[in-house]
Amino acid sequence: MNVELKNIHKHFGSVHANKGINLVIPSGSIQGILGENGAGKSTLMKILSGFIQADPGGEILLDGKPVVIHSPADAIHVGIGMLHQDPLDFPPMRVLDNFLLGQSGGLFPNRTAVARDFKRLAEQFDFSLDPDGYVDSLTVGERQQLEIIRLLWLGARVLILDEPTTGISASQKAKLFATLKKLAEQGMTVIFVSHKLEDVEHLCDKVAVLRAGELVGEAKPPYVTAKLVEMMFGKEITLGERQSAQQDEIVLALQNVSLEDVRLKIRNVSLDVRAGEVIGLAGMEGSGQDLFIRACAGLVRPVGGRILLKGRDLTGKSYHVFKRAGVNFLPAARLEEGLIPGLSLSDHFVLAEAPRGLFIDRQAGLQLAEERIKAFNIRGAPLSPVESLSGGNQQRAELALLQTPLSLVLLEHPTRGLDIESVIYIWSKLKERCRLKTAIIFISSDLEEILQYSDRVLVFFSGRVSPPLDAANTTVEQLGQLIGGKGWAEMGETHA
Amino acid sequence: MLKGRLGNLAYQLGALLLSFGVVSLILLAVGASPMEAFRNMFNGSFGSMRKFAEVLVAFVPLLLVTAGLLVTFAAGLWNIGVEGQVVLGAIATTWVYRFFLDSSLPPALVILLAILGGMLGGALWAALAGLLKVFGGVNEIFGGLGLNFVATALTIYLIFGPWKRPGVASMSGTVPFPDEFSLPLLTDLRISPWALALALMGIVFVYFLLQGTYFGLRLKAVGKNFRAAYLLGIPTWQYSMYSFLICGALAGAAGAIQVAAVYHRLIPSISSGYGYLGLMVAMLINYQAVWAVPVALFFAALNIGSIQLPILMKLDSSLAGVLQGVLVLFVLLGEGVRQKFGGRANS
Repeated sequence: MNVELKNIHKHFGSVHANKGINLVIPSGSIQGILGENGAGKSTLMKILSGFIQADPGGEILLDGKPVVIHSPADAIHVGIGMLHQDPLDFPPMRVLDNFLLGQSGGLFPNRTAVARDFKRLAEQFDFSLDPDGYVDSLTVGERQQLEIIRLLWLGARVLILDEPTTGISASQKAKLFATLKKLAEQGMTVIFVSHKLEDVEHLCDKVAVLRAGELVGEAKPPYVTAKLVEMMFGKEITLGERQSAQQDEIVLALQNVSLEDVRLKIRNVSLDVRAGEVIGLAGMEGSGQDLFIRACAGLVRPVGGRILLKGRDLTGKSYHVFKRAGVNFLPAARLEEGLIPGLSLSDHFVLAEAPRGLFIDRQAGLQLAEERIKAFNIRGAPLSPVESLSGGNQQRAELALLQTPLSLVLLEHPTRGLDIESVIYIWSKLKERCRLKTAIIFISSDLEEILQYSDRVLVFFSGRVSPPLDAANTTVEQLGQLIGGKGWAEMGETHA
Repeated sequence: MLKGRLGNLAYQLGALLLSFGVVSLILLAVGASPMEAFRNMFNGSFGSMRKFAEVLVAFVPLLLVTAGLLVTFAAGLWNIGVEGQVVLGAIATTWVYRFFLDSSLPPALVILLAILGGMLGGALWAALAGLLKVFGGVNEIFGGLGLNFVATALTIYLIFGPWKRPGVASMSGTVPFPDEFSLPLLTDLRISPWALALALMGIVFVYFLLQGTYFGLRLKAVGKNFRAAYLLGIPTWQYSMYSFLICGALAGAAGAIQVAAVYHRLIPSISSGYGYLGLMVAMLINYQAVWAVPVALFFAALNIGSIQLPILMKLDSSLAGVLQGVLVLFVLLGEGVRQKFGGRANS
């Protein structure tokens, strides 16, 4: 089916997530959609698959005919099926029951007929799925396979795949690619959303690159990686002055640390972080940097190796032990993890001071809040509930909660979603900490921010960790390549 | 849109009027006069000193339970098990009384020990729900509900088993304790000023705990955002446990009073449903301790006043329960509607 997007806009409040996107995807082709986090890929795909609606004025045409898609059910009705990054299936149910869900009409499903269809489709693509098995027992790759044949069975002629190669094995990936090529040959339209350059280059007949909500260009094979990276991240900008790396005492030492969660494994990372040093963690979201930073905070227990703080072995200890030893962690989800909605700024500062005694000294609390509000330039009153503050002010409030003195500050996306003024202010405060010999490790998806403020950079890709790169001698393009999974062979492996 | 305290009060009063309206409709549907029913209920609770004393008898355990629940609600916990905690308080008090039945200790001391024992019993039963939650991953609602059934079964077992009356066991409970084991009552009335004082002390204690102490502030932090509270350095699960212990002790005190000042023995329905009623009061006052006294008194008056209905009008006394339930639903509904409006206005 021929898919045409015309002038698609989408605003979320003040954020312009899609800016006038025009794209034609011919029938029987595999279209790659490339872009970094927040570039607007997911928004565009959600619009096409009916999860959200575009702003009025845009149009979606299928085989030349305009269609209105208000829900995922509408989308599948007109032939568009989306395979989400986290498969939207029902783990405690049997494979065949999952397959049945979403079928329209019919109170009593004809299980035998459905089982026959299921078998036929599975055989066609050489998937070995047991219809009576439970979904919990399937791997991510198998769940994808189930979802693909389910969507085909429901009549999908356009298949959207969102980051489908995350979390699946190499052989499953090969099988997935073979399946997608076969589908395209049969006249299906495949839309492949990814940030992995290698996968896109390998598979797609055509690639569209999104950056900051705009479609910045399209490319056809043969692909030039450097060109794609430039389109994804924009032109390299000149960097401001950076502080040189300091050679002070080692604050944090990771020795052969191995980490695991359901999605990925990180193996044998070693790293020494010195006082006053800033380490930036780059990588697409979910590549392992979040796991890594939480392990440095004691929030994730390593499955192997040792974590030493100023020479003290804290492996397997809780965050509170790390905190008492001078480590503070500021999470990205400000109102979910960082601050307590319903409590005032003053309450937060009082709690962060870990006061002793029984009765609250309100006067002292207010005074403390006044001081911090002034020092951190927070727009809010001591008794303002934190949820009433703007994002930038919430971030400043979080920074104001940091204890003094500290050995190590761990930050997840410290400036995400903030205006440039707030970004500069927050980094000036963090750099003050560095001068007081506090080491900083932070995650950011803004490569310029990483190169601007870090002394050294670690790049994460699917659980692989690069050796520390000297930020002064690294370019945005090099980082972009590594984030997209290119150039790892020359790096040597994981030992950082 | 109405804002602030006054707006809140207006909403609550509106909900109150609405629920009286609904109950009036029910009464009209069964052919009874609403005005007469409400007048009888009012007279039944405030018509005489004796009746008002009965209201206070119901008010004391209700206020204690509500006070306890304010603590668990502040910690973000739905302590449905409070009903069982009242029961275990009563059982523990009965046990202490039986233990000292033939001792030569002064009765005042035995009463004190019995009430402290009741508080301990309630606290331990609450701790069980807390342990299930913290270490077993059992939601406190399910754990509490399960423990409530166990507590009821335990009462029945004790009444018909080890603690049965000589001769034949009966639903009327264990053998009543001697008079000197009763908390002193006012002349000719069933209310004990000591019990009333204990209940008022309970709510004042909870008010200051939640409003004025670092403990209360931490507890609220844990209740409002468990993850963030942990990252701020608060020992979160310990605070959950503390809140269970405090609530259990207050609920246990309610059970102790039921034995020491009201029934003077253990009976099968010793908790009289005050645990569940306390949950309703806590929800109705939006978890604000300052409103606990008037609302608990109002609920107690409804309960006692409705006793007159079957006698005078051949209506069932569960009408009080209907009124209370409808009232809570309307208040929560008002809250929900208001939030929805608020959300619309912002978007």
